[in-house]
Amino acid sequence: MVLELQKPRPVWQIMFSTHHTDVGLLYLIMSIAFLFLGGTLALLIRAELFFPGSQIIADSMTFNRIFTVHGTTLIFLFLLPSASAVGNYFVPIMVRYKDMAYPKLNAIAFWMIPPAGALIWLGFADFTWYATPPYSIISSPGPAADMWIFGLKILGISSVLGAINFVVTILKCKHPDMSIGQVPLLAWAFLSSSLIVIVAIPTFAAALLMLLTDRLGVTGFFNPVMGGDPIAYAHLFWFTFHPEVYVLVIPAIGMMYEIIPRFSRKPIFSKSSGIFAFVLLSVVSFSSWAHHMYATGMSFTEKTVFMLGTLAAVPASGMHVFNFVATMWNGRIKFLTPMMWSIGGIALFFSAGAGGVANAAMPLDFTTHDTYWVVGHFHLFVMGTIAFGTIGFIYYMFPYVTGRMYNETAGKIHFILSFIGTVLVFFTQHVLGLYGMPRRIFDYPEIPEWIVMNQIATVGAMIIGVSMLIFLINLIHSSAKGKPADIHDPFGLGGKYYYPFESKNPHH
Amino acid sequence: MGHHSNWPEWIYVGVIIAIMCWVGAEAWNVERLVEHVPADAETIIVTGQQWFWTFEHEDGTKEVGTLHVEAGKAYKFEVVSTDVNHSFNIHDYVVLMDAIPGRVNTVWFAPDKAGEHDIQCREYCGLIHYNMRGKLVVEDPLT
Ligand code: HEM
Ligand SMILES: [Cu+2]
Ligand SMILES: [Cu+2]
Repeated sequence: MVLELQKPRPVWQIMFSTHHTDVGLLYLIMSIAFLFLGGTLALLIRAELFFPGSQIIADSMTFNRIFTVHGTTLIFLFLLPSASAVGNYFVPIMVRYKDMAYPKLNAIAFWMIPPAGALIWLGFADFTWYATPPYSIISSPGPAADMWIFGLKILGISSVLGAINFVVTILKCKHPDMSIGQVPLLAWAFLSSSLIVIVAIPTFAAALLMLLTDRLGVTGFFNPVMGGDPIAYAHLFWFTFHPEVYVLVIPAIGMMYEIIPRFSRKPIFSKSSGIFAFVLLSVVSFSSWAHHMYATGMSFTEKTVFMLGTLAAVPASGMHVFNFVATMWNGRIKFLTPMMWSIGGIALFFSAGAGGVANAAMPLDFTTHDTYWVVGHFHLFVMGTIAFGTIGFIYYMFPYVTGRMYNETAGKIHFILSFIGTVLVFFTQHVLGLYGMPRRIFDYPEIPEWIVMNQIATVGAMIIGVSMLIFLINLIHSSAKGKPADIHDPFGLGGKYYYPFESKNPHH
Repeated sequence: MGHHSNWPEWIYVGVIIAIMCWVGAEAWNVERLVEHVPADAETIIVTGQQWFWTFEHEDGTKEVGTLHVEAGKAYKFEVVSTDVNHSFNIHDYVVLMDAIPGRVNTVWFAPDKAGEHDIQCREYCGLIHYNMRGKLVVEDPLT
């Protein structure tokens, strides 16, 4: 890997660079910044819900804006860009090419994100991360709502540009000596998730435009007063965003495929089954979108079809878990920070999946839908699996990027606290959902069970907050003052077998 | 990639597929029974609007916020909305149905004994969504 920070350069040289590691670094720093911004909003939400009644947030409109921007930020401005960061660093190196296929396009895709982020944050819309009509058309205050729509529009285009770049880099620019089967699993992850992006995003892009013209009053696609159908929007939205959850999770699984074999000091149990499961997931991700819509009045047959489509994705997810466990089996595992995050992520992935199966079973979903159960379910994925995989990978990349080691003890404390916090918050939220607490509420009645569960969840969130501060300090301090890393084997795993990506990439 | 045999993975995948088939079949069967509205069910029109519920009984009587029904009878809710999406929910009886403007969605239930239960809105609908709550009062049959 290229050592970015070792030879100091003026910041603007990195900012105007189109080299893949520079763009990767920009993605990385920006996504970490948004992790902290979005995370702060989460802590505000949890603090507010510690007791019934208004605590620190004055009114429900502010609360609604906060959870809307929280979700939008962490999905679109943290998870997606942090995956792009890893992809930018690793994909060209893994396919042995000098850069991304279209370096300028790559830089453009990155630079679309900050203005989009600014639109979302300066607007602070309130219509939740799915902007459902007719609320988003007739009730949601502008200009915040319109700024959100434009922000997402830009982010969608940026995603598609990035995805095209990954697909072309992997398929067209890989070294001629390399067969597609030799492409490492992390790059396969980017290939699969990019293909999903290209197929899925345009649908939502269209829906956003229709939503905008509906808001302007010139059309009535989703506005029942003008003969439109809100359910049509729900289909368009989920056709994009159910597959999108796999866009988020597949790169994280790919990162675990880098970490698990190295720190188990064993080759991956079955690379072909990993590839197969990626490809299968990208296909079946399109068969289940309306499992978010069981309660909209769909017919029994429709519900059954989408339930089966959802359950069909489970074996492929399960194959990854099997692959990880079988790789660790009898390995000489070295429990360093990146490995701990990966193992924690796999455990939470498994529990999250079990909850997902319950959601998918139609009669059970009428208990869980739009309660805190769903909040717990998807946070076990987005936080417990995807953020865990990504954070572990940031620790793993750290020596290659900075030439220095992070502080191992602080990294482990970060993991342990985050793991405890994540279990406390999101398992508790499953229980809250079973008690019937709806999601997206600013205040709740004084039901003793609800109060206790909310308080446990808030304590868990604060523990995560503390752990993330440790993370931030570790990153900043170690990148300036950390011990110089042995770049050939920073984690002391031995055996160069485990470091196939050492070759430096030439700058332009 | 190595010289391992892959049969444990095949067995594992087989087990997952079997469990999923079982979940699917069970869910299909239960949902089929749950959705079958009894022929003698009384209709109640449930209207959601920002931010309260109105109930209209078959005899034309209307209630706002609190719904009175009799234990031992079956009721069919016709759920509608006059403004934005809401979701009509009696959690204790697993009644959940979206109220969507321009549509009539139906769901039914048969309260078995007298008591009070919470009614709430489970779909985000704006400012007072958090307090779009009501009460279900199940009474013993008169006589
Ligand atoms: C692979 C990673 C996954 C991610 C990132 C993920 C994410 C999400 C998200 C974000 C939502 C809620 C969206 C919202 O209402 O705001 C959701 C809901 C849901 N998920 Fe997942 N999910 C994943 C896997 C699964 C799996 C494996 C299943 C089932 C086998 C599943 C089944 C469901 C169902 C049925 C819902 C709808 C629940 C409801 O609203 O009632 N998910 N998921
Ligand atoms: Cu989904
Ligand atoms: Cu509501």
